[in-house]
Amino acid sequence: MITLEHYLMVASVLFVVGIFGIFLNRKNVIVILMSIELMLLAVNINFVAFSSFLGDLVGQVFSLFILTVAAAEAAIGLAILVCFFRVRGTIAVEEINSMKG
Amino acid sequence: MELTALAFYLFAIVSICSAVFVTLSRHPVHSVLWLILAFLSSAGLFVLLGAEFLAMLLIIIYVGAVAVLFLFVVMMLNVDFAALKADMAKFLPIGLLMGIVILIELGLVFGDWKFANNSLDLRLAITPPLDEVHNTEALGLLIYDEFIYLFQASGLILLVAMIGAIVLTMRHRKGIKRQNVMEQMSRDPSTAMELKDVKSGQGL
Repeated sequence: MITLEHYLMVASVLFVVGIFGIFLNRKNVIVILMSIELMLLAVNINFVAFSSFLGDLVGQVFSLFILTVAAAEAAIGLAILVCFFRVRGTIAVEEINSMKG
Repeated sequence: MELTALAFYLFAIVSICSAVFVTLSRHPVHSVLWLILAFLSSAGLFVLLGAEFLAMLLIIIYVGAVAVLFLFVVMMLNVDFAALKADMAKFLPIGLLMGIVILIELGLVFGDWKFANNSLDLRLAITPPLDEVHNTEALGLLIYDEFIYLFQASGLILLVAMIGAIVLTMRHRKGIKRQNVMEQMSRDPSTAMELKDVKSGQGL
């Protein structure tokens, strides 16, 4: 029998893997963005699991809006990345602190 | 083991393993492909939870749009990814430590918790029984009725994101001929054309 806790554990492991990815790929901003997508996916799984086990549809509506914001965030993030690459010729995010004004 | 439990464990293990490979892959193209697998198996989890509409949305938006966007950017930028990976081992211990600490904290929360006594009375939109209204229709009734303002706001967010991405990445390079519509439309014969009186037998 699959209970709510099973889904919550899967979501929390996915979330932790997302945090782990941000720590591990501190220079590569593309993989950092992908890790953020993984964390948002974990949050979505939590919302849908609670929605399904409580019988309340609002969780799925929330998850829909999170999906929208995640898509917008990925588009803007990658656009900023392309701009940064044109100016600096690299995507190492550790050097962004030298950007002035 | 019953079939749904088997499907749950399959999807869960595949999604977690592919999430780990997203972070560990040598090349970002491989990371994107693992990310697609993670999203597909999470869509399977959503189907098991009875949220078919969100599962299909996850496949269309993430696999169809976001992952392809990532692929485009990874292949468009000519970056030395090996140099970016170089000191990955340096951050491995602190990353593992943080991950284990957060996982233990979350595990402590999941170990002993229960719903509030009146949680079933606090539901805002009770899921209708499946034989009356199916998932997509119920979500549509809810979004277009009770959450119409939030729905419009999310459309506005997408519009702003689209305009922002275009404004950020568009650039006008010097020395490239472009069409100027106003300049074309404001031409008139008096300035555009010149009449010459040519004597017969002679060129200009």
